[in-house]
Amino acid sequence: MGKQTEKSTQSHYVHSEINDMDGGYESLTRQNQNGSYALTVAVGGVHCAACIQKIESALNSYQAITRARLNFTSGKLSMEWNGHAEDANIYVRDVQALGYPVRPYDEQALDMDAQKEEKFLLACLGIAGFAMGNIMLLSVGLWTTTSEIMGMVTRDFLHMISACIAIPTILFSGRPFFRSAFRVLRAGHTNMDVPISIALVLACGISLFETFTHGEHAYFDSAVMLTFFLLIGRYLDFRVRKQANAAAVNLLDNIGDFAMLLTEEKNLRRIPVRDIRKDMFLRIAMGERFPVDGIITDGQTSIDTSLVTGESIPHTAEIGDTVHAGTLNMDAPVIIKSAGGIEQSLLSDVVRLMETARQGQAKYIRIADKAARLYTPVVHTLAATAFLGWVSLGGMAWQDAMMIAVTVLIITCPCALGLAVPVVQVLAGSRLMRRGILLKSGDALERLAKIDTVIFDKTGTITQGQPVLKKGSFTKQNLKDAAALAAYSNHPLARALTKSYTGKLPEAINVKEHAGQGISGTINGQHFKLGSRTWCGDKNAPDSQDMELFLKSGQEKPIRFSFTDDIRPDVKTVLDAFRHNGLRPILLSGDRLPAVQHVANICGFDTFYAEQTPTQKFSIMEELRAQGHVILMVGDGLNDAPVLAGADVSIAPGSAIHLARNTADILFMGDSLKPVLEVYKTARKAQNLVRQNFILAILYNIMAVPLAMAGYVTPLIAAIAMSGSSLIVILNAFKLKAKEI
Amino acid sequence: MSILIYMIPLALLLGGIGLAAFIWSLKSNQYDDMDGAAQRILMDDD
Repeated sequence: MGKQTEKSTQSHYVHSEINDMDGGYESLTRQNQNGSYALTVAVGGVHCAACIQKIESALNSYQAITRARLNFTSGKLSMEWNGHAEDANIYVRDVQALGYPVRPYDEQALDMDAQKEEKFLLACLGIAGFAMGNIMLLSVGLWTTTSEIMGMVTRDFLHMISACIAIPTILFSGRPFFRSAFRVLRAGHTNMDVPISIALVLACGISLFETFTHGEHAYFDSAVMLTFFLLIGRYLDFRVRKQANAAAVNLLDNIGDFAMLLTEEKNLRRIPVRDIRKDMFLRIAMGERFPVDGIITDGQTSIDTSLVTGESIPHTAEIGDTVHAGTLNMDAPVIIKSAGGIEQSLLSDVVRLMETARQGQAKYIRIADKAARLYTPVVHTLAATAFLGWVSLGGMAWQDAMMIAVTVLIITCPCALGLAVPVVQVLAGSRLMRRGILLKSGDALERLAKIDTVIFDKTGTITQGQPVLKKGSFTKQNLKDAAALAAYSNHPLARALTKSYTGKLPEAINVKEHAGQGISGTINGQHFKLGSRTWCGDKNAPDSQDMELFLKSGQEKPIRFSFTDDIRPDVKTVLDAFRHNGLRPILLSGDRLPAVQHVANICGFDTFYAEQTPTQKFSIMEELRAQGHVILMVGDGLNDAPVLAGADVSIAPGSAIHLARNTADILFMGDSLKPVLEVYKTARKAQNLVRQNFILAILYNIMAVPLAMAGYVTPLIAAIAMSGSSLIVILNAFKLKAKEI
Repeated sequence: MSILIYMIPLALLLGGIGLAAFIWSLKSNQYDDMDGAAQRILMDDD
């Protein structure tokens, strides 16, 4: 690898992915009907208007580019240009040259559906809003006076116009509810949308009847207002999920990465990882992760398996050894023969376990749906009772009694109930977002509030997952020389060395990498070697668990550098807080016993397990669940994936592997473990607020229903009551805006 | 009261124009990137 002779301590060493960033994007380009090409990529590090401006103006300066637009929310850059598909690489390189990492973005069908759904909900909401405003305009006239004053003709006219606005609106904007109610009724049970749909249909029906028979009261305004408020609730609920999905496919995700294919003519060609098949020869560079399982056919290196097994010390690997997807190639580039594509490369027992986990998980019934199960029959009974009561006991005409029944249905306003949960969850979600925590679905919060046990993985979760230089008996000059050599290597220990020296590095010449052993070079006329114990180290130095590098010059005694995997800040605080809340933390790791014990003692875990295979981790979790515990799993590696899938709720750090990030319910960014505590506290607070909101909604119903059943409710009162209850519920949720919970 | 015969349709027409504008903004993808729109107002290019 002689090409790295320029001194470079730039940040592109920090990413442990592919070094040479050129090429490959032409295979992801689409061609439009008019002959132009289009490409969407994920761009990272965009956090302000200046970033948008830099990127877009750099691209727009090309004549050939017809469109360059950066979506700030999702981090997606869409480009369209005339010319060749290969031009894509030029544009991508330009964006990277500005300092923004670019990754391929796989446009998933899921994302397109979400966009369409959102547009649909917004359209329904907009139309319902227009209708509500205009019908209200007419209703004010109807409410403030009676037909004696305005004349029957005027009143009927106003009713007619209301009908013309309301009926198409309900047919259009009511579709989310009608579709859901239909679907659920066909499956044989009910949800919140069933009484809503019934109320809407009945209200419109009665009102139409009243209009044509010159009746006194019509309920078009109530029906449309109901639709409007409920659509708000539905849209908010949708936004929580959308935020989560948008951020999940952004830069941190490995979807659509590239690999180097060694063709039969011995050329190297970049291909997308999803195109890898069995028996392909791939060249895996230093610092790159193996994209698939395979066997080494050329080269010798050491491999960091921490994300797969949790072990912190790397293994050596040579020709004929098997390597697994997700492990990190540390020392030297190797050629492997792939054993399959990315789907086949997951550890087979991990896949099997995750399937088992998914099947075993009872479908969690959201609080809102539980409420609906109770609410629906009660409300229907009340309405039916009102109707029958008035007809038989009150001796009323059936039309009037029907109206009272409909009023009961309307005023028991699923509005407040429909808003109670989504509004809290959206506010909780955005509160968490601002603290770097990504909530993938609202019911994750509900489940999180109920836990009594927390399982932590060790490497990458409790620890940073990256080696850090420990204090030692080396001088500043030693560190300077070592870092000067280390700058030329992508080995994680070398990077840790470079990171720990701030300041100007001396120039090293004649730098040479010795695969699997170390790196040598000359600094200021002195010849140095930096590498493993066997190559240039002190064989008599005491043995230790830590990872190490030695610096040797001439005949002098080699200087030792020790590295350790640091524990994340705030771990003790978080564990103490959990214990204070009555939760039991457990440390579950695949690493060797001494390492796990060491970490357990420092952090204060009473219960810990070491050397656990993925299957063993899974069965420990199952046992706990069988005992009736509700479990939160926090993990980041391949061996954690089954537990992440099977636990009641799961959290992964942003540095976790792709599979763990996809499986977890909640993601958190940054080095500290504090976000885990923050999300737990938010979940508890959110639960309280949801409970309060339900109580408020029920109180409102208790007051309103008797009034409605007694026939005292006019459309005016129904309208005010519904909006009032919704507002109260929303305002209550705003308690989540407080700084400290 | 006969004034209502043309006042009401007029009001609805105006409201309808507003609705049409909303639907247009929805169809032209203006709701896809709301945070980006917020940031773009700070850009200096003309």
